Amino acid sequence: MINRAPNYLLYLNVLVIATCGLIYELLAGTLASYLLGDSVTQFSLVIGVYLSALGIGSWLSRYVDTGVARTFIEIEIAIALVGGLSAPILFIAFAQIAWFRILLFGMVLLIGILVGLELPLLMRILKENLDFRELVARVLTFDYIGALMASLLFPILLVPHLGLVRTSLLFGLLNAAVGIWGTSLLRPLLSQRSVTGLRTRGFIVVGILVVGFIKADSLTSLSEEVILQKPIVFTQHSPFQRIVVTKDKENFQLYLNGNLQFNSRDEYRYHEALVHPAISSRDQVHDVLVLGGGDGLAVREVLRYPSVKTVTLVDLDPAMTSLAEKFPPLKELNQDSLNDERVTVINQDAFVWATEQQKTFDVAIIDFPDPSSYSVGKLYTTRFFQMLQKVLNDDAVITVQCTSPLVAPQSYWCILNTLSASGFLVQPYQTSVPTFGVWGFAYARYTGTDVSDTRPWQSRRALPDGLRYLDQSTMQTLFQMPADIAPVDVKINRLNDQVLVRYYEQEWGS
Amino acid sequence: MSSAQGNETLKQPTRRTWIKWLGTTPLAMLVGCSGKPSAAFSGELLQPDLSVGHRIRDGWKLPQPTGAPSKHAVVIVGGGIAGLSAAWELQRQGIQDVVILEMESTAGGTSRSGKWEASQFPWAAHYVPVPMSFNRDLLELFQEMNIVTDVSADGQVTVAEEHLCREPEERVFHQGRWLEGLYPASIQEIHSTDRQQLEQFQLQMNQWAQRRDEQGRRAFAIPMQLGTDSDPEVIQLDQISMAQWMTDQGYDSEALRWLVDYGCRDDYGLTLEQTSAWAGVFYFASRLSGQANSIAEMESQPVMTWPQGNGKIVQHLSQRFAKQIRTEHAVTKITKQPNGQSMRVTAYDKARDRMVELIADDVVFAAPQFLASRLIDQWQQAGRDATTFQYGGWVVANLLLKARPSESKEDGLAALMAWDNVICHSDSLGYVNASHQSGADHGPTVITWYHPLLKDDPKLSRQTLLQMTWDDWAAIVLADLSRAHPEIETLIQRMDIMRWGHAMIQPRVGFMFGKQRQQAAESLGRIHFAHSDLSGIALMEEAFARGVAAARKCGAS
Repeated sequence: MINRAPNYLLYLNVLVIATCGLIYELLAGTLASYLLGDSVTQFSLVIGVYLSALGIGSWLSRYVDTGVARTFIEIEIAIALVGGLSAPILFIAFAQIAWFRILLFGMVLLIGILVGLELPLLMRILKENLDFRELVARVLTFDYIGALMASLLFPILLVPHLGLVRTSLLFGLLNAAVGIWGTSLLRPLLSQRSVTGLRTRGFIVVGILVVGFIKADSLTSLSEEVILQKPIVFTQHSPFQRIVVTKDKENFQLYLNGNLQFNSRDEYRYHEALVHPAISSRDQVHDVLVLGGGDGLAVREVLRYPSVKTVTLVDLDPAMTSLAEKFPPLKELNQDSLNDERVTVINQDAFVWATEQQKTFDVAIIDFPDPSSYSVGKLYTTRFFQMLQKVLNDDAVITVQCTSPLVAPQSYWCILNTLSASGFLVQPYQTSVPTFGVWGFAYARYTGTDVSDTRPWQSRRALPDGLRYLDQSTMQTLFQMPADIAPVDVKINRLNDQVLVRYYEQEWGS
Repeated sequence: MSSAQGNETLKQPTRRTWIKWLGTTPLAMLVGCSGKPSAAFSGELLQPDLSVGHRIRDGWKLPQPTGAPSKHAVVIVGGGIAGLSAAWELQRQGIQDVVILEMESTAGGTSRSGKWEASQFPWAAHYVPVPMSFNRDLLELFQEMNIVTDVSADGQVTVAEEHLCREPEERVFHQGRWLEGLYPASIQEIHSTDRQQLEQFQLQMNQWAQRRDEQGRRAFAIPMQLGTDSDPEVIQLDQISMAQWMTDQGYDSEALRWLVDYGCRDDYGLTLEQTSAWAGVFYFASRLSGQANSIAEMESQPVMTWPQGNGKIVQHLSQRFAKQIRTEHAVTKITKQPNGQSMRVTAYDKARDRMVELIADDVVFAAPQFLASRLIDQWQQAGRDATTFQYGGWVVANLLLKARPSESKEDGLAALMAWDNVICHSDSLGYVNASHQSGADHGPTVITWYHPLLKDDPKLSRQTLLQMTWDDWAAIVLADLSRAHPEIETLIQRMDIMRWGHAMIQPRVGFMFGKQRQQAAESLGRIHFAHSDLSGIALMEEAFARGVAAARKCGAS
């Protein structure tokens, strides 16, 4: 009776099953290499576990005695659920659990076993209607065509346009559709009761996946992926900000609230320029303060100096510093700086922290996000800079990241003027970071009681080993400001009149 | 925190459960659908302690005074801003022997504040615009508090940055979005009626700010006694309502009328229709220097604020006068001594349940007029009347939030809790974020929600105020805030609600230049009056100026 169904439909079924199976494997492999790094190892392990799980599944199929058709559809629905939710689950779990690898390979194993059960069962169903030689040839042909389609679709179409999470959910839906469709195709082999039961389950799974598809926006919004144009490998919505990590080829990028913080390809230029002009301009540096910079990259540069005894990092968001401590690619990039015994991490609003702080520092590195909101803008006000002086030793130096002086000259000079108005001796400097373009900083000295001391920036010590960008002569050139970055006439940024936030919005806004 | 201690009959702390809400507020059900379980929260219903007054009114016989009366140079009745300011001025004059009698357990009146772990918070008054250079006394107080750091020879007042309200100062929730500032209309389009009328209104207010009478006095000054009392055009404003005035001037923009109505409700607890046009114009013109040449330069005096609101000033003054302030002392009678040279003040000491008597050379009556007729013997004999003194009822709720409500990115720079957060077309005035000035933009905070009762007859407002329970008010607060913050209920950990029966004097039509107000400020023998109601507008600056003025009259007679 089953032969009434056109053959091509059955082969289409095989094709879809095969495509889905391989997609789940590719998803797991990609996620693992994004999240855990070392793509060769991760892909190799995922493929190994997946293929052996296929074997286990095939072997287990011999234990299915009766109700082969029903079992086949049940497995379809199970794959739809587990495979469809695999990427979202792994995505969420990565930020939440310590045994991520166990979960990852557990899921790969489970999906592999279920997929491994599929074909043997389908072949047993079809063997009634086809010659065995013909059956094996056709089913396997379509299986391999499906695999080819998956391997082509995945990198070209799916990852760039749908992202990992939606791809996973979409193929889950396809799997579920095959299952529900199967209840019609295999209708003669099923009892009325099991048809109803299977369809109900099928539609529940479809419902779950559709809800997942809709909710996927809170995980990684489609627009976000389109805007960032790179696969998102990590997202977290902390109470403070949205943290997104994307990955392309060998590099990864960190975004906070949609603003690029660094690209692993060239962040060293930015961080070396941020840190070394400050520390190298003082004879002795024992206690260093880093404000913002929860990625641990500025701290990495600070720790290159053996004379540094303590580093205090104040960053608002525990999710960010914890990412820097635990997220393998970032931990590798910052050389595990936040777990160094000299480093103390404080998760507090720097503004509130500064009002309560007692300890004093020789150097402060200020690496706040750009002043795109009033809650960040307050950290660039005369009030904040004056509070900062209370935690600085006499003759302390600070460097401040000040957005791009080329794109946002008013914002840049507003920060420098505000520093001057707060009692700092200020010098502009800049560097170029391919990802960001020309980037601006301020070097500022707090002379304390000795206001007559107006010496400009000068290197007073050797640079540490391990720098990729700066040497003594390059560092000198940072302080040479080109003509197109000349000072402009701007107001001072005050707590009750945050002109900086408005300059910034004008200059960076669309 | 002030609570209605010793007032068990009226204090009604109630608790309720989340389940109960499901039955009473449809809005709460919507919140329930968001999936997060709501923690039940509770709170107290508070009110100023008027128990002694009410008991006397209801025929309670006071105990007899025991012991000899104590003698003092000045007795100040009332420990609000007016009374504390009188003490401050007396101390400046070298008069040390001063006693302040305060009915409640803490001084401060409507400037009192409370404290929870997340933040201190105000119970009513919560800001002061930077005084202009001619308000010398107040500037001296703020200099003493290290708030004002400099007053230059040319009148520039410098305030330490941390006391000025930090940005974002205010935002308004209109048509489902938060907008920066207080104007519920787009002002991007230059030719829109809303924008043109706003500009016209600002220009007109600036003209009022520039106007001087023949003696060189401003038309509208803070304190108001420094403004004109002779310019007929200014005085005539008191004869019509602000609504009428706006109509006469052709202001029909809905957004502009809302803004001015909001200002009237905010400062006076009155609607546009109820407010004297004098007070309506005062609200804007008194805070403009008048020196601006263009709209771009035109800015109201910046606002100074603190987590505990004007409790900051109360704390400063009550610390200084800790020895002179006697709390829980409800004055029951003020009489002239037989010798006619001094006054006798009788008070009920609640803590010790006894009557005390004080003899004073002068009395500063720093309490509202409606108490004067009940407490001062000579008052009615002197032919005084205070029937036009009307006081508005207010409800103020303090809410402890475990976190800030979520914001929509669409709202741009307004997507951050401001200091003052106003919900357009609501009966409430919105809420003020107590921890704003501490610089925190995340985590727990306390928000203070304000709601004036706007009935034409304030007695009816007070009845409503007293009839409603904590549950009633909590439901109103929740429904109001949920409009802008649908998930607010899941964030509230505690809600204390203060009912102010006589929160502030109301400058209704005709009151400002009526006979009663002018008479009320005149001393009655050795009793000198000091209260913001004498100014007709309930501003801290007015209470302060009245306190200082009364103090200066002491010892003169």
